[in-house]
Amino acid sequence: MKIRATAAIMECLLEQEVDTVFGYPGGTILNVYDELYRYKDKIHHVLTAHEQGAAHAADGYARSTGKVGVCFATSGPGATNLTTGIATAYLDSSPVVFITCNVTEATLGKDAFQEVDITGIAMPITKATFLVRDPATIPAVMRQAFAVAASGRPGPVLIDFLKDVTFPSVEIEYEFVPWRENRGCAGMRELNRDHELKKPTPNKEDVDILLEMIQQAQRPFVICGGGVVLGRADQEFLEFAEKLDAPVAISLMGGGGFSGSHPLTTGMIGMHGSKASNTACDECDLLIAVGCRFSDRVALNPATFARQAKIVQIDIDRAEIDKNVLTDHHIIGSARRVLAMLNEKLPQYDHSAWKAHILPLRAPSVAEDSDHLTPQQVLETIRLQMPEDAIVATDVGQHQMWAIKYLHFQYPGQMLTSGGFGTMGFGLGAAIGAQTAHPGKRVFHITGDGCFRMNCHELATVGYYKLPIITVVFNNGTLGMVRQWQSLIYGKRYSETTLDRGPDFVRLAEAYGIRGFRVETAADMERVLAEALAVKEPAVLDCRLDIDEMVRPMVASGSEITDFLLSEGGEV
Amino acid sequence: MRKQWDTEKKLYTLCILTEDTPGILSQVARLFSRKGYNIESIVSGATDRPHTARISIELLADELVANQLATQCRRLLGVQAVKIFDEETCIRREIALIKVRAADHGTRDEIIQLTNIFRGHIIDVDKESLTVWVFGSQSKNAALIQMLEDFGILEIAKTGTIAIERGRSTIYDESKLKEEYEYGKNVL
Repeated sequence: MKIRATAAIMECLLEQEVDTVFGYPGGTILNVYDELYRYKDKIHHVLTAHEQGAAHAADGYARSTGKVGVCFATSGPGATNLTTGIATAYLDSSPVVFITCNVTEATLGKDAFQEVDITGIAMPITKATFLVRDPATIPAVMRQAFAVAASGRPGPVLIDFLKDVTFPSVEIEYEFVPWRENRGCAGMRELNRDHELKKPTPNKEDVDILLEMIQQAQRPFVICGGGVVLGRADQEFLEFAEKLDAPVAISLMGGGGFSGSHPLTTGMIGMHGSKASNTACDECDLLIAVGCRFSDRVALNPATFARQAKIVQIDIDRAEIDKNVLTDHHIIGSARRVLAMLNEKLPQYDHSAWKAHILPLRAPSVAEDSDHLTPQQVLETIRLQMPEDAIVATDVGQHQMWAIKYLHFQYPGQMLTSGGFGTMGFGLGAAIGAQTAHPGKRVFHITGDGCFRMNCHELATVGYYKLPIITVVFNNGTLGMVRQWQSLIYGKRYSETTLDRGPDFVRLAEAYGIRGFRVETAADMERVLAEALAVKEPAVLDCRLDIDEMVRPMVASGSEITDFLLSEGGEV
Repeated sequence: MRKQWDTEKKLYTLCILTEDTPGILSQVARLFSRKGYNIESIVSGATDRPHTARISIELLADELVANQLATQCRRLLGVQAVKIFDEETCIRREIALIKVRAADHGTRDEIIQLTNIFRGHIIDVDKESLTVWVFGSQSKNAALIQMLEDFGILEIAKTGTIAIERGRSTIYDESKLKEEYEYGKNVL
């Protein structure tokens, strides 16, 4: 059947069961948007205020659902505005297909208006890029792009269509093929319990070797990494951890992969890791990292990381093995498959003595008494009042670390954060994506005043689509995390980190037609949050915090993991 | 068990088997510049298999770095296999075309004799110059070039090094490592 090339693009999205796209139109992508107008009953388009917001929204959509996110943008500045979002998705292995259009074949490479070599720019931050010059290849490229984004270790893919390809006069041969019939791997389908992937089986001998190593270990320790979340392997991980009866640290990206309130949890590990996690890491004799790449924020000093332990890495991406930390053994495969194979043969262990040594090191989370509002009070209030399945999107910095520390996540996709790339301004876009995907859930956007200023224009999107996102601004009037380093390491020389210049976030919210609240005390917080949660409407909470609040504990970059610069408690 | 790396810097050859798609060469080359490593030579050419290209890259580095770069190459979707060779494990060859000043009979005779010793060929003659073709290992070609310097070299063009493994093994051989990388990329 012959159909318009742009219609084929839309049909290919429908093949992949895409019903939501995020984006921003422009000159070269006009034909695609013209086609989208005809498909508006089938494909819901969310118009953001800026392409970066659209990129983060598609990313947040992907992270919260496990499906592939889709984002549209025009050529030139539209495309380059995506790049921060693409890199954010790449570093956290989030499956997003970015679709841009470029100038015409005749003007390509001639510095035409709004021309940029986006496939070249995006090459280092995508799994694959495609430049489509021949309309006949549209179905093949679209199908491959989605397959690449979703399969193996997920990640972003970029497709750049030349404008000629999208001309309304161009017709191509097209037949609708549901993705299940053309792709033998994980894809657009929401990952759930009965989901079976057509993937090679992990190596049985490698699994047996690990079982043997577990048998010999006295002090095993497990890290739940982002791979557990991406692979939706939370059930398998839970069974594994409980059978192994070992303490479990949760990496930043692993949040939601293992319940933050489980008795075996020791919390985060690394730079802002808990004393329990970091001590366990230093003293264990077997470290099993599942879907964790030992970033420099976890393995602060790779040479002495888990110095007494045999290190085992379970990862889907072979390139991660021995990259940051040299390992003793590895198993390649999806977290779910490998853990399921391990669980089959793993007996119930009892490591009571080891647990009794490590688990009491966890600092009890008690709300502190203070005359001014503290981050902990804000988060404790959120933890107590938020619905259990509420999704939390954070930005980057102190508020991010506090949120991960005090809020306990229960399922994959509940916590959305930019871990690898550390993108300030990620949170609001991600929250928009997550709220669009889950209209029934409450979505919290936890941010700082510095981060919020970067992309707060997306409140326009929140307001227009009436997304009931609750933005909680940890407003300490400074770039807190940088100030913390300046306080501790740079002799209190606060170079350009003080944000004593507004705006007034309450009035800003009101300008976008959103309720704004000022929060000065713990009592304010309780009252205001209850008020915000009572109705399904967006709200912005401007929480005024002290400028010198710090993230505790802290180990300096490159130090021994137990060499705390700041302890859990008040004293240094 | 944990691997011990050879820390001595030497000339490694990375042979990279890739799909023949646009941009793959720049994707591979980018990985080297990202790490700040200079490529000594790079050659890309067709293979005995359809739509498959082979890129050979020479690199002065230690074993760890050579392996890290190979790892990043293997991870690229279009890359099918990577092998790392050093002096002992492979045969390396390159071609050089050398244009030498030769304005009189005596000089021409002498250059032709030298070329014969190195089993090269004269591929172009002019009243003022000779162009010599030589094929061989880098050290052999360098030795000839050194001899020809006395006459005055006008221009040199070299291919860069191609390499192939000694013995029966080939880059196409299946291995556990290859399987492990394919798992991450996944088969469509």
